[in-house]
Amino acid sequence: MTDSISSIFDKGPEVAMTAVSPERLAKIFVEISDTLVDEFDLIDLLHTLTCRAAEVAASSIVGLVLADHYGKLQFVAASREEARILELLQIQNDEGPCLDAFRTGALVADTNLRDASGRWPRFVPHAVGAGIHSVYAFPLRLRAQVIGALNVFGAAASRLQNEDVSIVQAMADLASIAILHERAMSRGEELTAQLQHALNSRVTIEQAKGAIAQREGITVDEAFVRMRHHARSTNQRLLDVARTVVNDIASVPELRTSDS
Amino acid sequence: MLSKICRAAVLELEGSGVGVSVLTDDGARGIFAASDDLTHLLEELQFTLGEGPCIDSFLTRRPVLIADLAGDTARTRWPFYVQAVTAHGVRAVFAFPLQVGAARVGALALFSKQPGPLGRDVLAQALTFAEIALTTVLDSRGALPEHFSVQGLYESPGYRAELAQAQGMVMVQLNVSISEALIRLRAHAYAEGRPMHQVAQDVIDRKLRFDQVQP
Repeated sequence: MTDSISSIFDKGPEVAMTAVSPERLAKIFVEISDTLVDEFDLIDLLHTLTCRAAEVAASSIVGLVLADHYGKLQFVAASREEARILELLQIQNDEGPCLDAFRTGALVADTNLRDASGRWPRFVPHAVGAGIHSVYAFPLRLRAQVIGALNVFGAAASRLQNEDVSIVQAMADLASIAILHERAMSRGEELTAQLQHALNSRVTIEQAKGAIAQREGITVDEAFVRMRHHARSTNQRLLDVARTVVNDIASVPELRTSDS
Repeated sequence: MLSKICRAAVLELEGSGVGVSVLTDDGARGIFAASDDLTHLLEELQFTLGEGPCIDSFLTRRPVLIADLAGDTARTRWPFYVQAVTAHGVRAVFAFPLQVGAARVGALALFSKQPGPLGRDVLAQALTFAEIALTTVLDSRGALPEHFSVQGLYESPGYRAELAQAQGMVMVQLNVSISEALIRLRAHAYAEGRPMHQVAQDVIDRKLRFDQVQP
């Protein structure tokens, strides 16, 4: 069921994606470790991680899901917050590469989805319909436990270079560490409690997206872009902006697009 | 109904007591329910003393898991509370916020006379009870029948994002709090006999506006 890395590379004529330069890679890891300070903004960090992973796996979209206390996979971050990507992540609670990676704890890959409808009869038509033709799912591992998965969606039937597979897995591992360490472990919080907090933070951000979308007459996708830009430009945590939006929207000025 | 949930929870979670405190956003205490008289007293104690794990769990929006009340951390954090509850034989306490995103209504506490951490399964079950207690509180405010609560917040997995987005939209449409928006959405789904995620999708697609719906 799960392709080993070597078998992916034996697979055939698809174009290999370009590897990211060592200089760029160093910058990415410095950027991420710089963020791992006290009381950092977990959702914002995971968003950055998915964006950088998308950069490493050129021309792809990256999404991250975490298991809740029912063992269901919930959307937490994506390099592009679009309804179609959210949907692709969410339908994988029935079947799909994320669910397989979560259950097996191993990397799952399919570099030509058109031929994979036997493997995931429900997921593949959805993915292809959304313009996705290759997929990787990296498990998020923490000690002996798998807590979620990082999903790489490619617009073309293409495969990642060997070193890029290792890099994206390292980024997935970094995400796991960030989730566990969002709050100092000396407080004795357990992983389940940490996951719960991460998932609830995501719900707060979705509530705020809805509120901004309604007030400003825009889509929820655009509302996220504006909120994140507002957080950056006012030097606030994305989660704090979202909480202010939900608790006291009148105090939040009308949000502008990032390029205005 | 809340007392029933507390009694069911204490059996399932194998603690010595379970209590639910309903709190307002500014920290004021509303009703509370408990599995038994002692737990009722313990719940009341932390509001009399003004400190305790339930209050902290609510304010920090995180589970507060104290596996051993005799430890230094707990004693430093809540000196009066620890002294008072240990006098009643309580050795561990685990508090969970009742919340959906930024909407929060209170906290659920599990007390134990044995020190020691909760196992992963028990922790997951406790979170489920917190979710049931949350929907029960919200549904009673929305005057929904009790059996509706049993359906929980998410009748099928993977729709959380849409439900939360719709809550935010309805909040702005009606100029109400996020908790109130959640209640209105659930009440609408119940009245129309439709699944929550369909109602939420209609709100996101701008096919349904709550400020144009007759109450």
